[in-house]
Amino acid sequence: MWRDDLRGIWAIVQKDMRTYYLKPPAVSWGIVFPITWILAFYLRSPRGFAELVPGLIAMTALFSTTAAEAVVINFELRLGSLERLLLAPIGVAAVFLGKVLGGALFGLLMTAAVALGSILSLGVSVNVGHLVLVLIPALLAFSSLGALLCVLVREVFEAQTLLNLPRFLMIFLSGVVYPVAAMPRALQVLARVLPLTYAVDGLRGAFWGPGAAAYVDALVLLGFALAFVVPGMRLLARRFE
Amino acid sequence: MNVDRVIQVEGLTKAYGDLLAVDQISFAVQEGEIFGFLGPNGAGKTTTIRMLTGLSQPTAGTARVLGYEVRSEIVQAKKHLGVVPEQSNLYDELTAMGNLLFMGKLYGVPRVERKRRAEELLRMFRLEDRENSPFATLSRGMRRALTIAAALVHHPKLLFLDEPTVGLDVAAARSLRALVAGLRDQGVTVFLTTHYLEEADLLCDRIAILVSGKVVRTGTPTEFKGAAEEGSVIEVSFQQALPQARERLAEVLPGAEVVEINAAKLRILGGDPAEVYTAIFRLAQEKDVGIARLNTVQPSLEDAFIQITGLSPAVMAQEKGK
Repeated sequence: MWRDDLRGIWAIVQKDMRTYYLKPPAVSWGIVFPITWILAFYLRSPRGFAELVPGLIAMTALFSTTAAEAVVINFELRLGSLERLLLAPIGVAAVFLGKVLGGALFGLLMTAAVALGSILSLGVSVNVGHLVLVLIPALLAFSSLGALLCVLVREVFEAQTLLNLPRFLMIFLSGVVYPVAAMPRALQVLARVLPLTYAVDGLRGAFWGPGAAAYVDALVLLGFALAFVVPGMRLLARRFE
Repeated sequence: MNVDRVIQVEGLTKAYGDLLAVDQISFAVQEGEIFGFLGPNGAGKTTTIRMLTGLSQPTAGTARVLGYEVRSEIVQAKKHLGVVPEQSNLYDELTAMGNLLFMGKLYGVPRVERKRRAEELLRMFRLEDRENSPFATLSRGMRRALTIAAALVHHPKLLFLDEPTVGLDVAAARSLRALVAGLRDQGVTVFLTTHYLEEADLLCDRIAILVSGKVVRTGTPTEFKGAAEEGSVIEVSFQQALPQARERLAEVLPGAEVVEINAAKLRILGGDPAEVYTAIFRLAQEKDVGIARLNTVQPSLEDAFIQITGLSPAVMAQEKGK
């Protein structure tokens, strides 16, 4: 049975890559938006830009994965083709995980491009092991969050609107541009329950050290992924009841 | 389980709050037959398919599909099921071939066989010329055909067809019906829901009629028509349109079912034939309209359906979008 599920997950990921990665909502929210933000920060302060790179990579991961989820889930919810996947001899969990991995892979492509571009153009050094260690769980956590929220609504535009709430909240509270330590105490507490905070923190460690934090951040991000995946699977199953 | 019974349903019920969408239905489908599930929209046909294919959990009752209990063992059953939903929901961006290959992969068809099977299905459904066309660019009939082909890619033993010819033109519908009939010859059991009575008559070995969530009768089309023959079926064509004729005859023939075929043509099911003829002649005389034709006809499945359900064909036609 698990072999069927693994085969199903991989089939869904491959199909989603071929079918949805160049859809306008994925391009606009997952590619254009993060790049625009990065350019805006660069033009505002080219000298201090290198310090923002970990936060901007984390933000790219957040936007690209969640934008992809809105496309791979809500396009199919609207057209009824998600039901086709649920009719296959695989579990609901496999369908949900296939969607999560499809979004995470899109995010990986985008984030890798931004990270590579930043490293090469700015000449900053990075601990690649720590970068990967944090980035993979971050992509999974964001993709799971996106999938969980996207299952709640039907249309792509509804999903993007719903996703903007946690996305923008996290951009401002998770230390992407403004350090968490410098925020008021109450906001610091709030920042601790946001996955982007750990992604930014872990990526800062990968770029500027110390690297030890990366392990803790990676674990916390995996915890977030699990916390989003389990209810997401249940919601998906319930949606078709 | 009886090995010949690919579907065995006992007291199956689905409730959405206070609404009973499917109300304690029981029936069995034999191996190798085309079983028609007939009823108007909202009768519970699609809900039943959703329960039998694992998309929805029954509220009560039991159902076994290919020997597997639908609540706990549906994933095993799904390996041998093909499902064609009412909406053709393949992937617009993938080509005809791409859709079939994806379905083959999803259902675990070995890589070496996948391409061969996809080509075979494209030939069978006369889509080989459109192999590389995206699904979105195909005509409605072609999309329907490809959706059925996609459900057959893993050689299912049991195929669920939910309203397969809805929205198709006459030629496309006829072509699809021929393909469905061909599937039975290949040993595939077909569970077909439709509200096209003539489609059920043409294709089905046995039929269950579902009204308001209940199975009201099960039998072969011949049995249904035989039951209808017990009452008379008289058809009258007036020389011109006769407004209110249906209502007038229904008023004086309380034991009969009067169906308006068109403004000048009526069909009267049941009732005492002598009384029916008298009522028709009286009406013609009263309205001063000649009778173009008056005869007793062989009852159709539609007549049987009307007698059993009390639903008029006009209601069914409206549901078909006519």
